[in-house]
Amino acid sequence: MAYSDKVIDHYNNPRNVGSLNKDSEEVGTGIVGAPECGDVMKLQIQVQDGVITDAKFKTFGCGSAIASSSLATEWLKGKTVDQADQIRNTDIASELALPPVKIHCSVLAEDAIKQAIADFKNKNPSSAESVESPATRS
Amino acid sequence: MSEKFIYLDHQATTPVDPEVFETMAPYFCQRYGNAASRNHSFGWDAEKAVDLARQKVASAIGAQAKEIIFTSGATESNNMAILGAARMYREKGRHLITCATEHKAVLDPMKALEHQGWDVTVLGVDDEGCLNLEELRQAIRPDTVLVSIMHGNNEIGTLHPVAEIGAICAENNVLFHCDATQTVGKETVDVGEMGIHLMSFSGHKIYGPKGVGALYVRRRKPRVRLEPVVYGGGHERGFRSGTLNVPGIVGMAKALEMSLELRETEQPRITALRDRLQAKLFTELDHIKLNGHPERRLSCNLNVSFAFVEGESLLMGLEGIAVSSGSACTSASLEPSYVLRAMDVGDELAHSSIRFGVGRFTTEEEVDEVARRTISAVQRLRAMSPLYEMVQEGIDLSTVNWSAH
Repeated sequence: MAYSDKVIDHYNNPRNVGSLNKDSEEVGTGIVGAPECGDVMKLQIQVQDGVITDAKFKTFGCGSAIASSSLATEWLKGKTVDQADQIRNTDIASELALPPVKIHCSVLAEDAIKQAIADFKNKNPSSAESVESPATRS
Repeated sequence: MSEKFIYLDHQATTPVDPEVFETMAPYFCQRYGNAASRNHSFGWDAEKAVDLARQKVASAIGAQAKEIIFTSGATESNNMAILGAARMYREKGRHLITCATEHKAVLDPMKALEHQGWDVTVLGVDDEGCLNLEELRQAIRPDTVLVSIMHGNNEIGTLHPVAEIGAICAENNVLFHCDATQTVGKETVDVGEMGIHLMSFSGHKIYGPKGVGALYVRRRKPRVRLEPVVYGGGHERGFRSGTLNVPGIVGMAKALEMSLELRETEQPRITALRDRLQAKLFTELDHIKLNGHPERRLSCNLNVSFAFVEGESLLMGLEGIAVSSGSACTSASLEPSYVLRAMDVGDELAHSSIRFGVGRFTTEEEVDEVARRTISAVQRLRAMSPLYEMVQEGIDLSTVNWSAH
């Protein structure tokens, strides 16, 4: 199967590989997938004043799964939590030109983002309002 | 990619040996007769070439020339043997026995028969891919017609004790079909000594052409009969109609002849290369597992699971190297190899498996290059694997509550 240039680029030069301190109040962690399914994604965001200042990932999975999570971390940085919540798997799939059999990789990335945000909100119940900057509520 | 291409997938197929190609060449444009044409020299010439090839193929496996039926390949041979024997002997009974790690070309015709009212027992294997012969013995019933067990497994390389299986079948008066596609020309194969009644093999696994194979059909003690799968002009003594693939048959015979001639030097050389690759991988990497039986396996085969690294992503990191992954992430089902599953390797390790297959033209430099690049790709991918990180932190992955999808 041929991979798109963007998938190959993310595979060869993954952005933001690594881990953030999962115990930090500022960090939200999402771990999705299962080893027996052939892919596990860990995605973390660091939030300061409602804005994602850092994002890291680690992925066990095929090249498309690695690329989906790598791209997700790129997109997350600089976004507010609400903006991040708007990222859809279809955006990731079309940006990476994923073939139909690899769409689930982008779904996994969206799930990982959602779980990381949920984890962050869980740790910071009061942040739910504070992150809603007027700019995101057009 | 600056590196030159390295082919290390010889269980999938092999290149045609140039000598084989040369032997085949005249049978395309000059000596193109139909072996069934009885009234001119073109036909006689082709028939002579096929007869000679049949003789060579037969003697390579300890058979008589008349016991060799040429086919389009091992898949056809397997279908012919299984469907043909089941239908021919349906009055005796409708029970068949096979094994979970067989090739799909055996399992699928079995499944087709199951839909048509036959009863199929699929024997399991242990974690090294070995059959329990006692289980086989117990599976045989009065209405059992055929046992189909392969010689060498195409994925993990495990060799089944064919002679012992043959003896069990003989004791119980049951036909024994053996898919020996991976072993003919490589391991010792003798249909008489092994008690084989039907045996499938092909040309392209032994440096011969694709599109040609053979089925051995025993003629004496017992004389095995088959209902044809392909009807027509009555070629191949009515077993398999269709104009004979003369260049292919000539090529397959030449390839088999060469394989046996070279075996004495090739077998140890290939084993040494395989062992060299294995030793390098196991020295440099932790958390890796050999799949298949450590000794009783094909000498060219090395199937390894690299824990915490997904197979397809590893293949991506081995650009320019042709190997095979046991993970089928490209299919919609996301199913890992059914062979590894049958061995209870665990789906996680099945997703992490790579099959390396050393061949006639493989060099030591190539093996070293593959080892070096595999090691560095595994290390790189583990550095971005959340599973490897968790294990380093001392987390037992089996205790994690995964969100399966």
